[in-house]
Amino acid sequence: MEPGAAAAPALLLPLSEAEQQCYAELFARCRPGPAPEAAAGGSGVAELFRASQLPADALHQITELCGAKRVGYFGPAQFYVALKLIAAAQSGLPVRLESIKSELPLPRFVALKNDSEMRYGTPAEILGAKHQIPHTALDKNSFKRADEGDKQETKSPPVSPVGSPPASPSSYQRVPLSYGYSKSRSGHEQKHGASYESRHSAHQQDGSAAGNYGAKSAHGQLSRSLSAEKEPQNSSSNYSDDPWRITEEQRDYYLNQFKTLQPDLNSFISGTVAKNFFTKSKLPIPELSHIWELSDVDCDGALTLAEFCAAFHLIVARKNGYPLPDKLPETLLPDYLQTASLKPIRDCALFDSYSESLPVSQQTRDFNRTELETVCEDPTNSEPLILFDVMTSVIEPKTSAEEVPDKSALTQAANSDDKQALNISTTVKTIPKEFQHLAIKTVAHETNTLKARPRSRSYSSTSIEDAMKKGEEPPTPPPRPQKSHSRASSLDLNKIFQQNTQAARSGWLPPPPALPPRPLVSQVPLVANTEPATQPKSSYVDFRVPEQTEQVSEIELHPQMNRVPPQTEESSPTKKEILLTQPPSKPIRRKFRPENQMLENQELSPTISAASSLSAVKSHHPVQKQSSKQKRAIQTAIRKNKEANAVLARLNSELQQQLKEVHKERIALETQLEQLRPVTVL
Amino acid sequence: MAVCIAVIAKENYPLYIRSVPTENELKFHYTVHTSLDVVDEKISAMGKALVDQRELYLGLLYPTEDYKVYGYVTNSKVKFVMVVDSSNTALRDNEIRSMFRKLHNSYTDIMCNPFYNPGDCIHSRAFDNMVTSMMMQVC
Repeated sequence: MEPGAAAAPALLLPLSEAEQQCYAELFARCRPGPAPEAAAGGSGVAELFRASQLPADALHQITELCGAKRVGYFGPAQFYVALKLIAAAQSGLPVRLESIKSELPLPRFVALKNDSEMRYGTPAEILGAKHQIPHTALDKNSFKRADEGDKQETKSPPVSPVGSPPASPSSYQRVPLSYGYSKSRSGHEQKHGASYESRHSAHQQDGSAAGNYGAKSAHGQLSRSLSAEKEPQNSSSNYSDDPWRITEEQRDYYLNQFKTLQPDLNSFISGTVAKNFFTKSKLPIPELSHIWELSDVDCDGALTLAEFCAAFHLIVARKNGYPLPDKLPETLLPDYLQTASLKPIRDCALFDSYSESLPVSQQTRDFNRTELETVCEDPTNSEPLILFDVMTSVIEPKTSAEEVPDKSALTQAANSDDKQALNISTTVKTIPKEFQHLAIKTVAHETNTLKARPRSRSYSSTSIEDAMKKGEEPPTPPPRPQKSHSRASSLDLNKIFQQNTQAARSGWLPPPPALPPRPLVSQVPLVANTEPATQPKSSYVDFRVPEQTEQVSEIELHPQMNRVPPQTEESSPTKKEILLTQPPSKPIRRKFRPENQMLENQELSPTISAASSLSAVKSHHPVQKQSSKQKRAIQTAIRKNKEANAVLARLNSELQQQLKEVHKERIALETQLEQLRPVTVL
Repeated sequence: MAVCIAVIAKENYPLYIRSVPTENELKFHYTVHTSLDVVDEKISAMGKALVDQRELYLGLLYPTEDYKVYGYVTNSKVKFVMVVDSSNTALRDNEIRSMFRKLHNSYTDIMCNPFYNPGDCIHSRAFDNMVTSMMMQVC
């Protein structure tokens, strides 16, 4: 691949092992695309040269000598010669082709850690960072250039936009091609100009895409400008020009996106949710399908956080023109990403850079709520509310976590006037308080009162909730006792009840109950029996026998009632005093057996009514209570049914409307068809 | 070492069909198509019993002089048909079964992809790779 000997113009240059390795790596770094034959990106080379800290004229000389100017691009050969010349210059030798014939130390670039790892110095760190995220949109780079462009000489003939983002890698190469390397810095400017404009076009193109992507680039810019000087050492260690490596900012961005889809970071995003989300990126479906295949490593139809980051990263890469790999790169493997995500959280500065209103974030630092993190991306105010609901249910136990539910409750309650309360949502990881940042551009001063307000409101809200809860309880009646008698009584009525049932079954009719509960059809009062001997004692007691007479024996009673009525009717006049409850049973009997016994009962009705009044009083109470409870139960059931009815009615009306619309469409289509048809009819 | 592998949908249209000697593709397409009748016959014969008792691997559907055709049906009536060269006598039943199992697993993985709509043609690279690994190495 790389020539073992760099072929300078009419000069064969032997390279040592170390030199070969080093040069190859540098060349790979400067090379934006995966193609080995591609030329090194002019800007990358220029940065590298600057990092060598040679004077500018020396660099020009070097570029001239190595032949890049002549050829117009930095091929491998030219690049190696250039590197050798840099080494020569750094060791003090004059920049001549002759000087590189001898053995030279490796060219030094600022802040060199070791031979295999190159680190750029502070001024170039910003640029070096570009290599870390070469594919994350030109907008980032362009913004960076804008920073540097101010510092540098501004001489940049405007360059027409190179094209849409997918063509961005080629723009890397095309621009230097057209302008050569007369001035490395001007190369910057041109690239800046080109990329800036292409970024604009990109923006317009993606304008219709979800706000996510637009917000992402905006964030990228801000983060770049604000955090450029704050990049810690550890994150950029072992950084290569690897487009498949996720940077911290990207990771945070992906994290936030994940949270918007699924607030629990340890849980999955389902396939359909992810599908809808990724479809917004406007990539073609087969590519999205392939990305999914790559990223869903365990093939379960759901994405964990690591898998989601990988998928998102691939999408971003694809959008920037990188071809999709056939195999998931190592750095995107979920295992790798998981371990990477456990790295200590970085300085607040980076996180602050995410906020769109820095002063507000500083105020929020006053809040001593360490678990607060606001939803970053959404400019709309309504969405966080929904997320809020979801998030509160997934709160990890924390010391002050209990406050947050109150907060959530109160914000839901105080939705109308406290907008930024919506922003506050719970996170699942501890973040020092410096990390709080607001996403929504709310009024700054309101945040100050946020601390006080939640406290006061939380109490009121909880009390309201309690009141509501209490209010709810009365309507639900306690469950009705069914078979057994639940009313307190000195006598063991259950036993009697059972006795009654047994007796009924055995053919011996139990003593009749008190006033028959007329509205309660389900209850069959015990029918009068034919044995007066045992009756008198228990008859009074039986007044209070629950009206819920045995339902089991109901059926048995019926046939018996058939038998009994004729007998009781005859005996009732005589036994009126004793069997006080007997007459009341007759109306019930009438209910159940209207056809059979109507005639018979009617005869006795006048007598019955006289005796019924006696027992009416005693049994009234228990009857009433039971009936009222039942009424309440029935009423609640009625209410529920009514609500269900309403819902269904609404559904019905909606469906009807849809049907109408479909009908209209159909009619329209049919008319069209009719219009087209006459052609064929002859 | 199959010569042709096909995935047929429930409605008996091919979701994926690939054969190794590409010049004779049509013949294999025809073979697979005719084998569907046999598959249906086998399904209906076994279908008298409960569905879960029915085995997924159908075994040798029918042999010809040049090759043998094996079948496999999933519970969702997606059929896998494999045409194997007759000269390759080293292939045992177990191997065929394991090949079908691999196919089935890959197919399941495809179904897990939310961007795949059931009934679409299969364009997955992973599936292709897996099938390639099973095909005969024709030099």
